[in-house]
Amino acid sequence: MRRSMLFLPGNTPNIIVNGEILGADSVILDLEDAVAPSEKDSARILVRNAIKMMGFGKCEVIVRINGLDSDYWQQDLNCVIPARPQIIMLPKTACAEDVRTVDRYLSVLEEKYGMEEGSVGLMPLIETAMGVENAFLIASASSRVKGIFLGGEDLTADLRCKRTREGREILYARTRLVCAARAAGVEVYDTPFTDVNDDDGLYQDAQYAKALGFTGKASISPRHVKGINEVFSPPVKDIDYAYEVMNAIREAKAMGKGAVALRGKMIDAPIVMRAQQVIEQAKALGLGREEA
Amino acid sequence: MEKKLVKTLREAIVLSGLRDGMSVSFHHHLRNGDFTLSAVMEEIADLGIKDLTLNASSLFDTHQSLEAHIENRVIKKINTNYMSQGLGHRISEGIMEEAVEFRTHGGRPRDISLGITPIDVAFIAAPASDAAGNCSGKYGPSACGSLGYAIPDAMYAKKVIVITDHLMPYPLTDCSIPEIYVDYVVQVPAIGDPRGIVSGTTRITRDPVGLLMAETAVEVIRHSGLLKDGFSFQTGAGGATLAAAKFLQDHMLRENIRGSFASGGITGYLVDMLESGCFEKLMDVQCFDLKAVESIRKNPAHHEISAMQYASPAAKSAVVDHLDVVLLGATEVDTDFNVNVHTDSSGRIMGGSGGHSDTAAGARLSMIIAPLFRARLPIVCDRVQCISTPGKDVDVLITQRGVAVNPKNEELILRLRDARIPVVDIHELKYMAEKLTGVPQRKQRTGRTVANVIYRDGTMIDQIKSVK
Amino acid sequence: MKYTQERFTAGTLESSDAMVTVAYCEGENRITVDSVVQEQFGEAIRKTVEEVLHEMQVKNASVTVVDRGALDCVIRARVETAVLRGREGL
Repeated sequence: MRRSMLFLPGNTPNIIVNGEILGADSVILDLEDAVAPSEKDSARILVRNAIKMMGFGKCEVIVRINGLDSDYWQQDLNCVIPARPQIIMLPKTACAEDVRTVDRYLSVLEEKYGMEEGSVGLMPLIETAMGVENAFLIASASSRVKGIFLGGEDLTADLRCKRTREGREILYARTRLVCAARAAGVEVYDTPFTDVNDDDGLYQDAQYAKALGFTGKASISPRHVKGINEVFSPPVKDIDYAYEVMNAIREAKAMGKGAVALRGKMIDAPIVMRAQQVIEQAKALGLGREEA
Repeated sequence: MEKKLVKTLREAIVLSGLRDGMSVSFHHHLRNGDFTLSAVMEEIADLGIKDLTLNASSLFDTHQSLEAHIENRVIKKINTNYMSQGLGHRISEGIMEEAVEFRTHGGRPRDISLGITPIDVAFIAAPASDAAGNCSGKYGPSACGSLGYAIPDAMYAKKVIVITDHLMPYPLTDCSIPEIYVDYVVQVPAIGDPRGIVSGTTRITRDPVGLLMAETAVEVIRHSGLLKDGFSFQTGAGGATLAAAKFLQDHMLRENIRGSFASGGITGYLVDMLESGCFEKLMDVQCFDLKAVESIRKNPAHHEISAMQYASPAAKSAVVDHLDVVLLGATEVDTDFNVNVHTDSSGRIMGGSGGHSDTAAGARLSMIIAPLFRARLPIVCDRVQCISTPGKDVDVLITQRGVAVNPKNEELILRLRDARIPVVDIHELKYMAEKLTGVPQRKQRTGRTVANVIYRDGTMIDQIKSVK
Repeated sequence: MKYTQERFTAGTLESSDAMVTVAYCEGENRITVDSVVQEQFGEAIRKTVEEVLHEMQVKNASVTVVDRGALDCVIRARVETAVLRGREGL
């Protein structure tokens, strides 16, 4: 389960070394914006070695490669895929064909290195107006797509508006991406909050994204990870309630009852579905209980 | 009174009767800004006096000129509690015939008071003094706050010379050292460089690993059972330990816990804790920053203590004996929890115990905060290069990848496990580190002894060998 | 294996990194290691460099490593990058 995803600059050993202990569910090793053009070669080799020889413990490993508009993306994949990162993040994904282009290339590499086809996941980074409008097509373009990711900084540049603390300018993109992702049956992740010194701002921004339906949120600073995890973890009272719901359902079934009430309220299908989701999340976070 | 005030340093030295083979002492409250030690040694060398024992509470890189005085035999022997790496590396190379004696901040006054390391002439740099020698660290352009480490020297030395750059009218009543101990007073243009004496502000770390360890440290304190009204606390001035103090403050305020005192070297963070009501008192043997200096001058709850009251095992009781929790650093920790703060991993001198072993021995819970590895050097090893603080006095090691608890603390282990704090065996920490770094090669140190490390009770706990 | 006469560098002098320089050198590989952890890892670093050169079939290189406490995987990456940068046509 990805609540928090932490960007780590791909060519910076002293940051990468401690990547796994900073509390993020996923680390995103960045070969794109965090790496100067003259250092693309050294960054991809360093990232490959770090994944292969050092590892990131329980953290999921995501590599952000360079965009399809660059000369680097194939070299990036050639280099890092043998180290078997779980997910490739593709920046500036604008349409379904972008996803399929990378998908096909990944299949070639998987065959070459004797990996199971489809074992490397994809996470399109949507950060252009075109990408937002094509969000559903992108999210459903390949079975590799595990989630889509909103990039607010580039998007606002493309929209010709200013990125603000409140984020009203990206509200449409946010809701559109959530809807597209859920329609395609994949997860959806929110853009980082970029002011690393504004803890309150981060908290509010994360709460808001959670309220809109995002699965989790990225961060460019380790300082934000804890807050993001807190916001995107199911509250203990929700977990308790979810287990109560499931118990009530089980008991009702055992007694052959059709309708189930809990605390004087009818339990219908959406409530059961929500309870199952919460329990799944709780288990993924090690907060699950023994079921009665 | 006029008889005490002499015109020059040289005159004071001559009047004190200093001769070959005697012992001179200095305190380190002016830290890396100190001019006094170098100026005095210069005069002594010029007078042709040789074979002295230098007893200094700490030595810093600003005292590099000592090397010349060692070479021309003005100084034959050094007793100190801490030596920064400039001089430390040279000592490790073997520039002295006699081994340096390292003590602790409590062991030094103990041995002075017991006559084990008698002092013939104490030179006391004082930011403010009157002509009779009532002197204080709280006033003047070189204000450093507490003068705690100089107090035993003043009490036990045969002759005491106060050196000041800020002469105040008699009587200076708010003094650290009263006139009854002082033989001579000398006025000089400057006793130190204020920029090196105290830092403007001591800042907490922004390093995410340091912050993570600090958070973990506060979790351990919270679940230790000690954090309740009346709580007492000491912390070093290192980045991660300061961050821990800040997080602890947040927690104490949130939970409305009122501690009794914080002690030791005092920083602005501890002053904040005092002022916000986390503690009733500060027990201050040394100030680290301007905020601490201002606080000890103005706030009656911020109390100056002598090195004896701070930590001497010869005192009938001392502040460290009342401590609940102390947070400390380390360059190395071994699997028996012995801690090295004297040398680097190659065995070269770069520090010293200071109050490390005193507080570790006194506090009910002594915690070491150190990253699992620095650059490529694992913090945990089979045997530290030098035992500064024995493992019996160390309870917990906090790293960014887990907390190791000394197995003697069975109850604490259970408490931390219950609180879901990641407790791991210290051997496991060593293994984790070496898995990432590789196993470091370690050389047998076969050179001659360059320093003896004397534990606070007077026994020799380890020896430091020369390093080429 | 062909090298031009230039020197090729990879890595930085930041903590936990290493700066590796390669240049053409006739005869056999020459390796110089200058490390902040010389005593503990000097030999290990030299061996790592030898291994990478061997894997990349480099036989005529002079390699200088200025190490700031880099982990093995970092040193390997920096050596590989420097060699690739020096390798003609790659």
